[in-house]
Amino acid sequence: MTALVAPTVRHVQHVMGMPISLALRGRHAGGPRGDAAWAAALAVLRGADEVFSTYRPGSAISRLDRGELTLAGCPPEVAEVLALGAAARLDSDGAFDVRRDGRLDPSGVVKGWATERAAAHLALLPETDFCLSAGGDLTCRTLDPADPPWRIGVEDPHDPTRLVAVVPVHTGAVATSGTARRGAHITDARTGRAPTGIASVTVIDASLTHADIDATAAFARGPDAARWLDARGRTALLVRTDGSTLLLSGGAG
Amino acid sequence: MKRILTWALSTVAIVVLLFGYKTSTSGPAQATTVAAAPVDPSGTAAPTATSTTTGETFTGSVAQTRWGAVQVRITVTDGRITDVTVPRYPDGNGKDQQINSYALPILTQDTLTNQNADIDMISGATVTSDGYVESLQSALDQAGLA
Repeated sequence: MTALVAPTVRHVQHVMGMPISLALRGRHAGGPRGDAAWAAALAVLRGADEVFSTYRPGSAISRLDRGELTLAGCPPEVAEVLALGAAARLDSDGAFDVRRDGRLDPSGVVKGWATERAAAHLALLPETDFCLSAGGDLTCRTLDPADPPWRIGVEDPHDPTRLVAVVPVHTGAVATSGTARRGAHITDARTGRAPTGIASVTVIDASLTHADIDATAAFARGPDAARWLDARGRTALLVRTDGSTLLLSGGAG
Repeated sequence: MKRILTWALSTVAIVVLLFGYKTSTSGPAQATTVAAAPVDPSGTAAPTATSTTTGETFTGSVAQTRWGAVQVRITVTDGRITDVTVPRYPDGNGKDQQINSYALPILTQDTLTNQNADIDMISGATVTSDGYVESLQSALDQAGLA
């Protein structure tokens, strides 16, 4: 390997029950400005958790759900997230929804959306590249196209110690949805059941918000995931429950 | 010094090569503020702390987001949100441009068996704090921590 590549400095913290991992390389990696940007990114994620956590009875989203707050009384980003979720419901013919079991639960939108907002603080670092992951959904930047891309391993949904693919990304986002370690947590909102046929969906896009939403919506659609993603021109990798993989190269649809 | 990670991957892997493609018009995560405008109840609907049977509708003002104009409307029945609709959301144009800029060629389809795979980050659905200790991501982070 080339020795010209700047060393990568890594940080890890846990927020929202997820490991938040940051890799920095370049001028401010390991320096005070890099550390400050990392702290600012974490503050964004913690702030999003306080507003949107369905596990916190006092969060704005919980109070809105119980009718104790109006939308007007919520922080403005609540309307933005609900709008993204509602648009995704339309786009997915109802497979994606911000309500589950009669409760308001926009977590399918919040993770990618909040991480993208957090990354805005890292994007302010001059001469510094970053790759920020929140529980397996990530966004990265490389300023100089001549520098090597970030190499993103896509986890094998059947064996989390293995990879099914490697995606080199200079600048962009990679989001994966699938069956979680502790059982199915994504359901088709139309049926309330876990989707069948698909083990994981990985979507690559400029925006982590939209990559994450589309990965989740596609997974919720189950056997129809590939057709739906293809019609949207998505670049995606699907792993089926039988272990086979399907690559959608995007744009062809 | 420890190399980041070397794995012998026995599963068939697909390598998708993304070059230094430009994301000129629709770059990712810029430092722009995506601010939704404060939302005001519209019409005569009063804030609902009390139960109703018919449902009341609250419409937010139009917010300009990076993807275009967004407006959200919720319906509250018996103190619960029973519907969320979006009277205005971005037309497909901006999003389509983003999608198209990520139309990628498949350059290589190969197995990674017995090859070194230097990985920077893991994308996966199972990466939670509960399972983190035993995850590949944990191994990566440990390898790069001072």
